[in-house]
Amino acid sequence: MSERSRLRLVVLQVLVLSLLGTLLGRLWYVQVVAAENYKTAAAENGTREIITPAPRGMILDSRGRPLARNRTALVVSISRTAMLRQDDEGRELVAKVADVIGQPVEQVWEKTRLCGSEGAPPAPRCFNGSPYQPIPVTDEASTAMALQIMERREDFPGVTAELTAVREYPQPLGANAAHELGYLGPVTDEELAERAVANDRRGARNETVLQGTDLIGRAGLEREYDDDLRGRPGVRTLTVDHEGGVSGVLSETQPTPGNYLVTTIDAELQAEAEKQLHAAIMRARQTGDINKGYATKLKADSGAVVVMDVRTGGIVAMASWPTYDPNIWVGGISGKDYKAITSKKNHYPNQSRAFQGEFAPASTFKAVTLPAAVRAGYSVNSSYNCPSSYSIGGAPKRNYESQGYGVISMLRAIQVSCDTVFYKFAYETWLRMGGLNAKKKAKDPFTEMAKAFGLGRPTGLDLPSESDGRIADRAWKRAYWKATKDFYCAKAKTGYPEVARQDPQRAAYLLQLSKENCVDGYAYRGGDAANFAIGQGDTTTTPLQMARVYAAIANGGTLVTPHIGRAIMSPDGQLVRRIEPAPAGRVPVSKATLDWLRHAMRTVTEVGTGYGPFARAAFPLDKIPVGTKTGTGEVYGKQTTSWFASFAPAVKPQYAVVMMVSQGGTGSGVSGPSVAELYKTLFGITGQRVDLAAAAPPGGHPTQALPAVRADGTVVQPPRADTRAVRLPGLVARREERTDAGGGGPG
Amino acid sequence: MTVGYRPTPYTVPPPRRGSRLLHRDSALRRMDWTLLVAVLALCAIGAALVWSATKQAAIDGGDDPQAFLKKHILNVGIGLVLGVVASVFDYRMLRAYAPVVYVLSLLGLMAVLSPLGTTINGSHSWIVLPAGFSVQPSEFAKVALVVGMSMLLAEKRDAEDEPRDMDVVLALVFAAVPFALVMLQPDLGTAMVVCALVLGLIAVSGAPIRWVVGLVVAALLVAVVAVQTGMLKDYQIDRFRAFYDPAADPKGAGFNVRQSLIAVGSGGMDGQGLFQGAQTQGKFVPAQQTDFIFTVAGEELGFVGAALVVALLGLVLWRAGRIAMQAEDLFGRLVATGILCWFAFQSFENIGMTLGIMPVTGVPLPFVSYGGSSMFANLIAVGLLQNVHMRRYS
Repeated sequence: MSERSRLRLVVLQVLVLSLLGTLLGRLWYVQVVAAENYKTAAAENGTREIITPAPRGMILDSRGRPLARNRTALVVSISRTAMLRQDDEGRELVAKVADVIGQPVEQVWEKTRLCGSEGAPPAPRCFNGSPYQPIPVTDEASTAMALQIMERREDFPGVTAELTAVREYPQPLGANAAHELGYLGPVTDEELAERAVANDRRGARNETVLQGTDLIGRAGLEREYDDDLRGRPGVRTLTVDHEGGVSGVLSETQPTPGNYLVTTIDAELQAEAEKQLHAAIMRARQTGDINKGYATKLKADSGAVVVMDVRTGGIVAMASWPTYDPNIWVGGISGKDYKAITSKKNHYPNQSRAFQGEFAPASTFKAVTLPAAVRAGYSVNSSYNCPSSYSIGGAPKRNYESQGYGVISMLRAIQVSCDTVFYKFAYETWLRMGGLNAKKKAKDPFTEMAKAFGLGRPTGLDLPSESDGRIADRAWKRAYWKATKDFYCAKAKTGYPEVARQDPQRAAYLLQLSKENCVDGYAYRGGDAANFAIGQGDTTTTPLQMARVYAAIANGGTLVTPHIGRAIMSPDGQLVRRIEPAPAGRVPVSKATLDWLRHAMRTVTEVGTGYGPFARAAFPLDKIPVGTKTGTGEVYGKQTTSWFASFAPAVKPQYAVVMMVSQGGTGSGVSGPSVAELYKTLFGITGQRVDLAAAAPPGGHPTQALPAVRADGTVVQPPRADTRAVRLPGLVARREERTDAGGGGPG
Repeated sequence: MTVGYRPTPYTVPPPRRGSRLLHRDSALRRMDWTLLVAVLALCAIGAALVWSATKQAAIDGGDDPQAFLKKHILNVGIGLVLGVVASVFDYRMLRAYAPVVYVLSLLGLMAVLSPLGTTINGSHSWIVLPAGFSVQPSEFAKVALVVGMSMLLAEKRDAEDEPRDMDVVLALVFAAVPFALVMLQPDLGTAMVVCALVLGLIAVSGAPIRWVVGLVVAALLVAVVAVQTGMLKDYQIDRFRAFYDPAADPKGAGFNVRQSLIAVGSGGMDGQGLFQGAQTQGKFVPAQQTDFIFTVAGEELGFVGAALVVALLGLVLWRAGRIAMQAEDLFGRLVATGILCWFAFQSFENIGMTLGIMPVTGVPLPFVSYGGSSMFANLIAVGLLQNVHMRRYS
């Protein structure tokens, strides 16, 4: 063996020694020098975060009465890790719990299955939370049930019964407001992913905002102001052993309760509006249909009422009928309830007719078309012929109830709601613009005015899913024809044999319609223009849009942005922000025309179509003058739509009130009396006496001051003669009722 | 038993075996007891660590918590028997059997690539046998390679001669075949061990220095080209990338390194106690009873226990070096040197990746990791070391 080999072997051994030295050095560094870092990392490795949900903020009416709050409920939960420790994966445990809370075993078992795991039922029946989160199986446990569980802990390992906050809609003074409040629902995986992406983009990666078991606003104010109401959950970091059992608490941050939403709604008026709307519906159902010789009663399938502050656009009351109890959503809506509020038979109680229902506005629309006529050159000071029918292109178009009035002033035309005068305005204007040969983009003053009043698009109300309404102008007709001509052309050939079997007359009408639509359905005809002028035809609006139109006329031309949110307040009483959406603009109507229109509508109440309801109600118009306009919308195949649009006081107006009853007959007969009653509440009228202090909201104007929120979370109503501190049971422990400075003491 | 070949006339074979077992010249007396004790200590520590690493998973899975421990002890037992067999025959006789062992190992490696082979952890390295046993032929190939290359490099020469270029080329070709088969699996870890072993053998054989330098340069070039041309699988490159930046992808390639470092680091000086390591028992570290067994030592036995493991391995390597130094002929020296390089590189690679200073490649920690083939091969190698040692000065 050579010396070279020996030498190289020595070198190799030195190399090996240095490798071992390297290992020991690195080992020393990792285990001794940097050990603390790794111990921290190890602790994080073995931790789980438990989210303590924040109490959701209350939704208050304008005076601080809770429209949505939290009640404490006894929630029974089962720990999943405790279940897994059982030999039978917790089957027997679940059976015992089900027995105590009185639910079917299988139902409780399903609730404990993690969504997406094998054998789990589809959401929302499965558990959508973290595996380390206790799984709630009921939020309606009684104290007796809770005691059974808590006193026999050895029989119920991992089962807890805890007081937890649950949403509640107390309906103060009977104010339901279901469509405005909305409801909560479990967050979906898609939403969680969306929020995670949004958080990433904001760089707020570690923000725990939402998790699988959270409820988020699904509709109404609950959804619109979800971010404000939700608050921030508390995070408890637990150390977890390898079995997933909890071995200690590493850190804890308390949840930040959600902020309060103060609305413009006055619960007292809201309750009255709902009552009056219901009264109108019931009145209609006892009234015979004038078009069917009074033999058939009116169906009055649905209705809506809007009370708006004309100066700010604040919604003081808004109601839709049919409605439902918003509390059915709490704790997950049952299949039966869900079916009930979405069924055609019940006329879709989940839809708000006030801001989602679209109806032909009929003669209330003359508030829009009169200024348009003025712009088209028709003076309000001139006289016009009001025949019983007006010929358009050879076809006579009749006045409502075929009544003729002869030559009358414009004022009289408004008072009696003469349609033929408006036919003339629209038809002549249409002819002047070229009639059927008018340019595609011709600016028709009538449709342009409708646009200027904010129709055909959402008003910007702070509620989700608001309807657009529709302005049936030239562009719309063309677009509609393009979308439907294939259907109509096919029908023009085949006819309507299936309809003909039952109703040959209707089938003939439909065939004729199909033929016309197929050939030149795009044409904006003279009849379309005439229909538009009286708010008939394909033009539709929501009651809210009409309330905004009347608010614009009442306030001198400002197109307000309707809103229900008034302010966001922190639970300790600090004002977070006011909600004062800027107006959408001004309507292009001169002051003189607006003044004239307000005056004209005031006289409608005194001597015109609006006279009846207020006269019968013995309303003191001398003290509180009211401007009104009635509407009776004709809908093919249905009974007429009853409209009653108004504002008051006619001088320096404060409120606009619009009521609509679908298949409700005439405006003055069905909606009018209810609107008159509402004004009595709005201005504190009893008999001939006006007592603004007794009005709702008090003072004859919307409540200006914000309710005071005390540090303990209780809410104090703004001063009023009989204002008291109103105690809000929520998460705050009950204390003695007290009367104090904030409220001024009982009257 | 030792009939036939008698290397020197001075060796007096015991007339009746057993009666003079403790005689000054007896095999037992001439054995390297330090080496044996160090190896047995490592096996014992390994058994405890394997038990700790597998107990919880077995309980969770409803299996026998001692299942891995029992199999591990069985592996050690079989390995020791194989080691004794490897030490009893005079190693010089192995020259005769080397071609047979070599061909057998090649057949084994080829069988792995045939449909008989099974993929575990991304490497197509196993042959699964009935009754829950599996064989990893590449482990045995290491033994074959050591013996075969030693034979080629020490063959046909007087003791003082150095291998000529032709011998080196022949030895390299000899090594290239199993190396290529291992790379095809692909088993990067074993391939790297093979490289280290070949390099050490050629260097210590006394071959011209240009071969040593040339091979080092070639190895580096191959590494660069392999990465550049995508010869390596993506996950292999990711493992290397995770090596220099473990935080880059903490859920993916860097996960093993990160979890491994957390486990070792949280052990501190004294460790958390056997069966007490939160990371180990929480099963945060993957492949913990095999490639990442050292993390159990680090976390549960602390610096004291982990350093003891390193020290025992150092002891084994020192004894292997000493045996190579004292070997009677070049063949014996080269066998010992090959085993030294194998153990040294594999220990450094395994512990180094656990500590984040080497890329993650799947090689077991000698004597400590769970795994039959590896244990058998290691103990056979120890038997060969003892064999060379017992027959020194003879």
